[in-house]
Amino acid sequence: MTEIEFVLNGKNVTIDVDPTKRLLDVLREDFGLTGVKEGCGEGECGACSVLVNHEIVSSCLMPVGNAMGKDIVTIDGFSKTERYRVIHGAYEDEGAVQCGFCIPGMVIATESLLNKNPDPTEDEIKDALSGNLCRCTGYNMIVSAVLRAAERGKGLW
Amino acid sequence: MVKSFIPGTYEEALELLDKNEMILMAGGTDLMVKKRNWAGLSPLFDKDVLFISELRELKYIRKSGGFIHIGAMTTLEDILVHRETPEILRKAVLLMASPGIRHIATLGGNIGNASPAGDSLPVLYILDAKIVIDGKGTERMVPIEEFILGPGKVYLESREMIKEIVINDVRFDMIHYEKIGGRKSDAISKISFAGGISYKKGRIDEFRCAFGAVAPTVVRSRKLEASVNGLGAEEIKKSYAELIRPIDDQRSTAVYRKKVCMNILDEFLDKAGEYK
Ligand SMILES: Cc1cc2nc3c(=O)[nH]c(=O)nc-3n(C[C@H](O)[C@H](O)[C@H](O)COP(=O)(O)OP(=O)(O)OC[C@H]3O[C@@H](n4cnc5c(N)ncnc54)[C@H](O)[C@@H]3O)c2cc1C
Ligand code: FES
Ligand code: FES
Repeated sequence: MTEIEFVLNGKNVTIDVDPTKRLLDVLREDFGLTGVKEGCGEGECGACSVLVNHEIVSSCLMPVGNAMGKDIVTIDGFSKTERYRVIHGAYEDEGAVQCGFCIPGMVIATESLLNKNPDPTEDEIKDALSGNLCRCTGYNMIVSAVLRAAERGKGLW
Repeated sequence: MVKSFIPGTYEEALELLDKNEMILMAGGTDLMVKKRNWAGLSPLFDKDVLFISELRELKYIRKSGGFIHIGAMTTLEDILVHRETPEILRKAVLLMASPGIRHIATLGGNIGNASPAGDSLPVLYILDAKIVIDGKGTERMVPIEEFILGPGKVYLESREMIKEIVINDVRFDMIHYEKIGGRKSDAISKISFAGGISYKKGRIDEFRCAFGAVAPTVVRSRKLEASVNGLGAEEIKKSYAELIRPIDDQRSTAVYRKKVCMNILDEFLDKAGEYK
């Protein structure tokens, strides 16, 4: 066990934990942040996406030891922001959500993209979401939702 | 239970490694899947683990002379956006994994993993990459083709780690990179190809190409490359047809791989012809 310190959804946290434990498990079990989902558990679906220093990371692949000193935001924390409100509204209006399991990851991927590139093209959106699978929607509505969020949120990113 | 060590400095990391045989944990994107356990339980490591991915001393891209030095723990994303990154390496990295992986996966990890399908490898082969290997009190440098011995096997002592990758900043007149996989992202290569050509007075001056995922290690032949000067496309293809002997595995068949390799080579030579 080792003490690992990081910032989680804006608060400094310290946890005594096995550093090889997956960040995903630490977030869900130790911190009760169940907005972070486990789909495949091997890096292929993006359901477990979180922001690490404001960039998307698959938390099922990251040992918590590598989170030392990082700034980590999960959907649970991100959902309290104005940016989230805009993304949420755009997904809703475009009909981009069906069962919802992939959506926390999709929203994190959207934020990671818009934070770097507030005015993305359709191709850039597809690249940015390429690690996130959705079994329900067929993706078109999700791409439209990101375009709409970028348009409505001008100035926010 | 195995122990984990998270050193604060590179020097400390080398000290720890000198005392004890350990698994080097970089971004973890290969290791965490390989050692995966049930959800909620720690992965199944059978040796102590040394965390090196956050060592700042191993994160850099620097140009000096005709060489580019890349610290072993530089992430794929950092390579993608850095202005000194050679275009052909950028093309390869762009098709690797997905953004959520590229932000943590490292170049050192891609080499250390030594997968026949490691996508940085064909590019590193044609850029004459040298691997700088460091241990307490020892440092050596070996060409990548001598470092990678076979699937998952590298020329590394237990007290050593990859410190940096040095590549030759060759400026080709034309480059070509191709990756054939099951889908666009997150796909393991069935075949990957990196090639570069330069001309002088209408003749080939420099010709390099490498094929990944078709054999236990990357296929590049310097001998063949040196002999292509003055040869026509058909003759070049004939020589490579003898060199490339792909394998059957769960991702593809030898026949398919061979055919596609020859098609890619064809396209490369075709495209190159226009630059003469
Ligand atoms: C869904 C998914 C998609 C992927 N897609 C691709 C792809 O398209 N192309 C591709 O090539 N790879 C792909 N990969 C594999 C992986 O992401 C890459 O190989 C990555 O570069 C590994 O880097 P890492 O830092 O995560 O390595 P780690 O998993 O931390 O380490 C990998 C190996 O290298 C060793 N190692 C690490 N650092 C050093 C060092 N400094 N010195 C010596 N040995 C070291 C480790 O001990 C380990 O054996 C994919 C993986 C996943 C899960
Ligand atoms: S659960 Fe992490 S990518 Fe699928
Ligand atoms: S909405 Fe069901 S998986 Fe995407």
